Amino acid sequence: MLLSEMKEGQAGIIARIGGNGVLRKRILEMGILKGTEIYIEKYAPLKDPLEMIVKGCHLSLRVEEAAQITVDNVK
Amino acid sequence: MHQKSLTIALAGNPNSGKTTIFNNITGSRQKVGNWPGVTVEKKEGIINRYGYELRIIDLPGTYSLTPFSMEEIIARDFVLEKSPDVVIDIIDSSNLERSLYLATQLREIDCKVLFALNMADIASSRGIKINAEKLSELLDLPVVFTVGNRNQGIDTLLKKAVELAESKVDTRGRRKVRYNKDIEESISKLRGFLDSRIQKPLPYNMRWTAIKLLENDKIVKERILQRAGDKSQDLLQEIQSQRTHLASRFNDDPEIVMTDERYGFIAGIIKEVVTTSARQRVDISRNIDLVLTNRFLGFPIFIFFIWLMFQLTFSVGDYPMQWLDSGINLLSTSLGGLLPDGLIKDLLLDGIIAGVGSVIVFLPNILILFFCIALFEDTGYMSRAAFLMDRIMHLIGLHGKSFIPMLMGFGCSVPAIMTTRTLESRKDRVLTILITPFMSCSAKLPIYILLAGTFFNARAGTVIFSIYLAGIVFSVITGRLFRSTLLRGADAPFVMELPPYRAPMIKSLIIHMWDRGKMFLKKMGGVILVGSVVVWALSSFPRNIEYSCDYDAEINKVDAFYRAKTASASGSAGQRLEKERDAAVAKLLMSQRSEKVEKSFMGRIGKALAPIFAPIGIDWRGSVALLTGFVAKEIVVSTLGVLYLSEEEGTDNLKNALLSSGMTPLSALAMMIFVLLYLPCVATIATINQETGSLKWTLFSITYNTSLAWVTAFCVYQAGKAIGFG
Repeated sequence: MLLSEMKEGQAGIIARIGGNGVLRKRILEMGILKGTEIYIEKYAPLKDPLEMIVKGCHLSLRVEEAAQITVDNVK
Repeated sequence: MHQKSLTIALAGNPNSGKTTIFNNITGSRQKVGNWPGVTVEKKEGIINRYGYELRIIDLPGTYSLTPFSMEEIIARDFVLEKSPDVVIDIIDSSNLERSLYLATQLREIDCKVLFALNMADIASSRGIKINAEKLSELLDLPVVFTVGNRNQGIDTLLKKAVELAESKVDTRGRRKVRYNKDIEESISKLRGFLDSRIQKPLPYNMRWTAIKLLENDKIVKERILQRAGDKSQDLLQEIQSQRTHLASRFNDDPEIVMTDERYGFIAGIIKEVVTTSARQRVDISRNIDLVLTNRFLGFPIFIFFIWLMFQLTFSVGDYPMQWLDSGINLLSTSLGGLLPDGLIKDLLLDGIIAGVGSVIVFLPNILILFFCIALFEDTGYMSRAAFLMDRIMHLIGLHGKSFIPMLMGFGCSVPAIMTTRTLESRKDRVLTILITPFMSCSAKLPIYILLAGTFFNARAGTVIFSIYLAGIVFSVITGRLFRSTLLRGADAPFVMELPPYRAPMIKSLIIHMWDRGKMFLKKMGGVILVGSVVVWALSSFPRNIEYSCDYDAEINKVDAFYRAKTASASGSAGQRLEKERDAAVAKLLMSQRSEKVEKSFMGRIGKALAPIFAPIGIDWRGSVALLTGFVAKEIVVSTLGVLYLSEEEGTDNLKNALLSSGMTPLSALAMMIFVLLYLPCVATIATINQETGSLKWTLFSITYNTSLAWVTAFCVYQAGKAIGFG
């Protein structure tokens, strides 16, 4: 499942991070790695960007960027 | 005896409390400037401690030292090139894992690093316990616990930093990230190549250089190729072959694999030093966000905060503004009484004091605005604002944070453009600066009120509203246009941290506010001074004008005429006559003033420019008024007053004068549109120049705005005429 398709309150484990070099490296450097657990805290009122919790810290990501990330074990 | 001096750099993630610690160490003894060539803020302070002169440099807050953003390049180059004696890495204890990423990179560069485990109180309240001794032992570096906002541990930190700087330990053997076998092999191969084949290697750690080359780091690659001379082709080939080898081995780019491995190394450390006890307590920050970024409440609350900031800045700020204004008037009048009439007096009063005074009155607004902005930033609300607005701003190709400067533009472009410093990406910053002047500033409002009130009567409100709306539309169009042409490239990825809410510290708010105020006074002062003097000179030279009639003689004649009459009249009749006389004299003086402006250089320029303004329905008087608007838009109305011969500066008279001057509603509309879009005032231009750090962008902004203004006004005026208005 793509990260951008997840709903508020869902959690999952990152399986793959795609996208171009800069964005991808940025995401990785913020500690969003393969195998990391993420939790979708909420979407902004206009449905973009989204807020997620990774390792206890809150990060926001645009939906189009989240569409580059694949997530497993969504519950 | 000359004191020994040490340079200490503070590095750390954004929101790690770095600035708080910096403020605590340096207090008011800090200097804020720019890093050379860029508009990223550079803060430094010098203190004397333990017998040393300590030069403390606050590096930009970054998550990494990969040279993607200006901040990262600056931070890295400082550590590489200026070799600070010690680098203090400020670590957010509640976010140890991510903080250590930057730490591993600092370690690889091979500088003397010291850890400040900051905000230890927050970490422990979240049930995170860090074994500092173990961490210190594992990474072989000193670790100090600090609580920045309570000023705890800062002395120990400085003491350890000095100790570390003085120690002669060899940092090379220290524990660093070990990559897997294949990568290590490639590193040593590249290293061997660098060692044996390059005559003058870069003065950086060799292992680090090899790692960066494997990661395809553009800056390091460029620098080493410059030094490689005839070996550069071989080197490029070697790098390429190692990268291809690794890429096929791991089925991914080497830099990605290496980032992964660094986090793996970090995970190992975390496992040994961190113990997390049971479930964390209620997260207050999360609860606040349930309200502040709520689907329904988020926007209303945001709008309320912005409204409040606006009110404070422009309504409350209006009182001190008036005090300043009357102070300046007082100064002007008392100087006027002291100085003998003449050129010097004119220059001082009408040129310098009037010109600079008209800008200095904005100081209270600037201070209040930046107090609010600092409050937003320090509490953590700014990133929530960006979170809320990003969708809308993204339509123009901008970051959510660009909303604040654009909105402030409705008040005054000068502080608005100064707030663009909150944007990280340079392209975003330049783009926001270019479109902010289209947000119609409050100084333009009197012009609209005059013109719309005169020519559109009951519909004035609608017309003025439409003008404001047009400004927004033009900014959107301009934004989209430039984003897809001049400032192309994806806008900065929106991987943004929403840091926990924190209580702001008054000290830091005041420091922030005062920095801006100082910057405003210093830089604006210089440019405004020159600008005012130039405009004053243009409008008061040549001194000896040949008037169409001898005004002094005329005034004397009127005076004599009434004096004869008053002598015979008495009581109320005398008073009436006196009033009549005053009116007649004022009228003559007004004609004289008007003729003086007309025949001054400014008037001549206006007349020379008249053919340019004719196609948009503005006569020479209008063009002179628009020219004087270069100093400050407020002046446009008073110039119109002088030129259209209104007896006093009362608006009713001016209205009548305008109505009988041949100006039509259509030409008034064209003029309003021109005012909305044309070149901003000299203070704004100075700010644009300062904040873009580029004369090219400044000139571009001026040219673009003015030509857009002319073309739009032309279209409106000619189209209106064609369909029979006007």
